Amino acid sequence: MVRNILMSGVLLALFGVVGAGLVAFVFQGTADRIAANEEAVMLSSLHAILQHEAYDNNILEDAIPLSNELLGGTDLMAYRAYQGDEPVAVVFTVIAPGGYSGPIRLLVGVEEYGEVAGVRVVAHRETPGLGDDIEVQRSDWILDFDGRSLASPAYNQWAVRRDGGVFDQFTGATITARAVVTAVRDTLVYFEAHRDTVFMRATADEEESPLE
Amino acid sequence: MSDITYREINANGFWHNNPGLVQLLGLCPLLAISGTVINALGLGLATTLTLVASNVTVSLIRHWVRPEIRIPVFVLIIASVVTAIELAMNAFFHELYLILGIFIPLIVTNCAIIGRAEAFASKQPIPKALADGLAMGLGFTCVLVALGALREVVGHGTLLSDAHLMFGEAARGFSLTLIREYRGFLLALLPPGAFIALGLLIALKNIIDSGLAKRAAVRAPQPAEAAG
Repeated sequence: MVRNILMSGVLLALFGVVGAGLVAFVFQGTADRIAANEEAVMLSSLHAILQHEAYDNNILEDAIPLSNELLGGTDLMAYRAYQGDEPVAVVFTVIAPGGYSGPIRLLVGVEEYGEVAGVRVVAHRETPGLGDDIEVQRSDWILDFDGRSLASPAYNQWAVRRDGGVFDQFTGATITARAVVTAVRDTLVYFEAHRDTVFMRATADEEESPLE
Repeated sequence: MSDITYREINANGFWHNNPGLVQLLGLCPLLAISGTVINALGLGLATTLTLVASNVTVSLIRHWVRPEIRIPVFVLIIASVVTAIELAMNAFFHELYLILGIFIPLIVTNCAIIGRAEAFASKQPIPKALADGLAMGLGFTCVLVALGALREVVGHGTLLSDAHLMFGEAARGFSLTLIREYRGFLLALLPPGAFIALGLLIALKNIIDSGLAKRAAVRAPQPAEAAG
């Protein structure tokens, strides 16, 4: 009886070890490729916002972590683009908390002087057919932000038409449009207040690191 | 049961005991991911791969595993296989992986897989377990793709959109726009549409089955008479 229990236990443990071994092996084999894939996806969405002739640094490595209420949460990133040492633009990862079904993750590009370089939706769970017009594949709506700034339109005009603003809303999905407009506006507010810290380059000892 | 033929295995997987239409197992991914043909195909093939791998492994170890620990062992095998497949998809079909997202790990919870392990693979030699995994998996894939096609045509007015996610850049031209300037039919894209479409498919299968049964009933007496 005891022998049986022991046998079963050992057998079960053996299968556990073999299973974990298989997963570890596959993980080792694919980790680099997965990291490269994720980087490529990120880079291609950054390129959709910033023309890559406009800057000459490695935008993925020139990134700083950020956390701020205006950007919608913690563990966000700012990808900074420079031409030489001159700041060109920055792309924030932003979370719009007010989506119809959960937060909407955005990339908001802001040029050096506070104009929107471009906005793209990274992930959302809005209603298909109604709220998903925020995707650039489905409609041009999101391109309406290009070139806007806090000066044009004025702060209180940064809203959908129903709320007295200048941005179109979608029939049946006002909440989605409102959430995105608000998130972009707040990103610009954040940028205006923190422009210098956002563009501040890494500390000297990091830059002089021999490993490059 | 022990001397089931390959013909019967195939007939079961694709028709008589189809996981999607008859056993009604794996409804969660079936309904959630069948919005387009390509999504359906991706998840169907991943499920098939899992079924084949888990069936073969279970059949391979069927003489060593004691009955009292067989279920946890099956779960361990299936979970390891699915995790490995998830990592591989993430590495090699990254964009498709981004769309299928949470539903790949959820293959673990597809009861069709542990069901086949327990009901079939644990009692059968390896070649038959493999054939069963393939037949059941492809049967499931067929239902998923049929459902995906139905929902994509009605919901989006397209067929095979985003084919490049699966077959590479060359496949961009596979996409068909069946109805131009189609505004979309929301119901087909939402979960209720999935239930309705699946219901229609099951109804269709039942109609065909009863038609076949009637024909068989008409034909059956004749050989009996001939014999008598």
